[in-house]
Amino acid sequence: MPRRNSGSASALLLASFLLIFTAATVGAMIYKKCYLPPVMSHHGIGVDKMIMYIIFAAGFIFVVGHLVLSKFIVTYSGTGGESYKPMSHRAELFFTFGPVILMVAVSEIGVLVIGAPVWHEVYTQQPDDLVIEITAKQYEWTARYPGKDGKFGLRDIKQYDETENVLALDKHDKTGKDDIVSRGLLVLPAGKGVWFNIRSWDVLHSFNIPVFRTKQDAVPGIFTHTRVVPTTVGTAEIACAQICSAGHYRMKAKVLIKSPEDFAKWLSEQTGQFE
Amino acid sequence: MAITHKQGSDAAHGHDDHGHGVGDAHDHGPTGFISKYIFSFDHKVIGIQYLLLAIGMSFIGVGLSFWFRTQLAWPGHDVMTPEQYVSFVTMHGTIMIFFVVSAALSSGLGNLAIPLQIGARDMAFPLLNMLSFWTILPAALIMIASFFVEGGASGGGWTVYPPLSALRNTLPGAKWGTTLWLLAMALFIVSFTMGGLNYTATILNLRARGMSLMRMPLTIWCWLIATLLGLLGFPALTAAAIMLLLDRHGGTSFFLPSGLIVSGEPMANVGGTPLLFQHLFWFLGHPEVYVLVLPAIGVAFDVIATFARRPPQAYRYSVYSLLVIALLGMVVWGHHMFVSGMNPYLGKYFSISTLLITAPFAILGVNLVGSLWKARIRFTTPMLFALGLVSAVGTGGIGGLFLATSTADLHFHDTYFVVGHFHLMIGVVTLTGTFAGIYYWFPKMFGRMMNETLGKIHFWTTIIGTFAVFTIQHFQGLGGLTRRYYEYSAQVMMPAASLNPMVTMFAFLAGAGQLVFFVNFFWSALRGPKAGENPWDATTLEWTTPSPPGHGNWPGALPVVTGDPYGYATGPDGNGFRMQNAKD
Repeated sequence: MPRRNSGSASALLLASFLLIFTAATVGAMIYKKCYLPPVMSHHGIGVDKMIMYIIFAAGFIFVVGHLVLSKFIVTYSGTGGESYKPMSHRAELFFTFGPVILMVAVSEIGVLVIGAPVWHEVYTQQPDDLVIEITAKQYEWTARYPGKDGKFGLRDIKQYDETENVLALDKHDKTGKDDIVSRGLLVLPAGKGVWFNIRSWDVLHSFNIPVFRTKQDAVPGIFTHTRVVPTTVGTAEIACAQICSAGHYRMKAKVLIKSPEDFAKWLSEQTGQFE
Repeated sequence: MAITHKQGSDAAHGHDDHGHGVGDAHDHGPTGFISKYIFSFDHKVIGIQYLLLAIGMSFIGVGLSFWFRTQLAWPGHDVMTPEQYVSFVTMHGTIMIFFVVSAALSSGLGNLAIPLQIGARDMAFPLLNMLSFWTILPAALIMIASFFVEGGASGGGWTVYPPLSALRNTLPGAKWGTTLWLLAMALFIVSFTMGGLNYTATILNLRARGMSLMRMPLTIWCWLIATLLGLLGFPALTAAAIMLLLDRHGGTSFFLPSGLIVSGEPMANVGGTPLLFQHLFWFLGHPEVYVLVLPAIGVAFDVIATFARRPPQAYRYSVYSLLVIALLGMVVWGHHMFVSGMNPYLGKYFSISTLLITAPFAILGVNLVGSLWKARIRFTTPMLFALGLVSAVGTGGIGGLFLATSTADLHFHDTYFVVGHFHLMIGVVTLTGTFAGIYYWFPKMFGRMMNETLGKIHFWTTIIGTFAVFTIQHFQGLGGLTRRYYEYSAQVMMPAASLNPMVTMFAFLAGAGQLVFFVNFFWSALRGPKAGENPWDATTLEWTTPSPPGHGNWPGALPVVTGDPYGYATGPDGNGFRMQNAKD
């Protein structure tokens, strides 16, 4: 019967593997600076803080857990040694409720103290925010700016036209005359709050801009929202994050973040769809 | 033909009180090949049937993943089309979750071990048990058939979110593939429900005399709680599947809002909402995680106790933790929907409630590791897998902290971080648990032992391969790599995408290891060394009957339980052990 065979060799091998696995994971995270892409939005810095907090808290548990596991595997691999006696009731309580209090405190304090304000920032529109409407369809992103009047015009689904009127804007609505429609390109001002109204024509999509740490599903039938304050001038990409059929992987759009002056200039150069 | 009376109280009647086929009055098992091995009422045969189904389906599920992992690692070689890609990831997920992991662990090992561990002649409803298997089999066949219909298999992801899945002109497999997918899932749910009712009735009513609830092995607790969670959750998915079928073929709009324009064509639907489906889906979907993971943890507790030669740490608190996990597990589904468009306040609630689950899981984790304290470990193959499980459940569990925190989920949602996390939990934890269980209970299936050398090769390839694959996928998710992409071109994702060839190589390694298991399983079933009644010096009831047990499980009277399930470390030198039915 297989028993007590090569006990100590197996113990050393398994413990070594667990320690190498732990060290390699921690090492890769340090060497690659946690793999996080650059961050270009105000709330994104908060998201990264949240992530770093969990990396340290969870990393600590990960390392300690594996050290203890490896230690036990090596120490208690023999057939003789100290014989088992049940723990005292007090010790049992300590080892049961100690971890509970630790885990709940670590995770709930993190989510309430660091996470909640960032969450609030992402989902609260500020009075002077620039409002941009994002419309998704297979496999394209279209941005709409309200134009000089600051108002979005109405839509009429019957006027939809794949090439001429992809947002189905109502030609007869005056407020929509100056609305600026930008297909496949989203231009944003740095340092200014932008509130997005996100919608979809067909299936679910997700408005995902990794460098902003922004992700919000586009759901047909309702508007969803998210808020971004871009921090630096530069370029980024929208890359759909919700499976939307076979072309999902190529559903992208360019994002240009301009200085407020350049942004104003760009905006003034655009003409409304029906102007 | 069902056993409807309390068996424990009739133990003295011995052999005469076990279940038989309709009209059977004699006291030996069926003799014909078909009634013994095909349409069998015997829980052990049905358990093996489930395992064989899972092994067969795993060739398809794993094969698909090798195919699309090749595409991901070396894009641009026409390995497959984007249509095939979405279809294959969908079917890989579906087959692995429902027809491999669930079939092998919940149904296969559960069927095999539950009556043996609680000292019953068979399941409470043997006919229902047989029907349960013969319902999942057509479900599996329909799932496979969907590859061959017009448009191919469903390609909307295993979560089949509408409108993509509700519209029949949006994607590959949309024409018939998704319909067959839904029918197969409906049959699967029927099968699971029959099995689940059987587990619950068996565990609650047919325990041997003396086996109080708090004397049940932890495996039994885990199966009981997992089953209850499944029974509570699956009706929501059933409702969702029926509504989705009606949306597809009945002209309804449960999940389809007004104003849809699909491929340039306005749709006539009005009044539905896609978010409703997500709520229904995850109302099952999240508890389903525990349905899969808890039995694996249960098996690990039993296997570790046997080979650590001491009782599990703090049995009572593990049981309480399981109950808390079950309660909390039913009210946290929304953490899959943080960025779905659900009200942000709900997101906050689901974040806080989900993080509470870390508490009972921390207890289980500490108790798993603590069960090695002052142990005298025997490094058999099942023990190695159980120890691998402990590491995987810890690593996977802390990955959950990131995803349960809504603010962090803004970055991680629908990235490879999610893929790595759930594969560690419902892939690695469940499979290490399943393998631990198969190596451990193999004597009770075939009366033989599995080969230890092949077992260790299987362990090391599995553990190195899977740990590497899914840890690197966490890194890729940190790098913002979105999931379900046929190929990557977004600048920001390229560093993460460059890790794909390495991931694929490790996946191949893990896959190769499973071939070793395959050979070992069938070779040992036919040629392995014969096993005695109790080859591992274990203490629970299944080890008090010959290997393999005959029809009716115990040749004489049923065992009567006289103590705790884990009577290890007894005697003056601490090397003794006490069977759960010992008369002392």
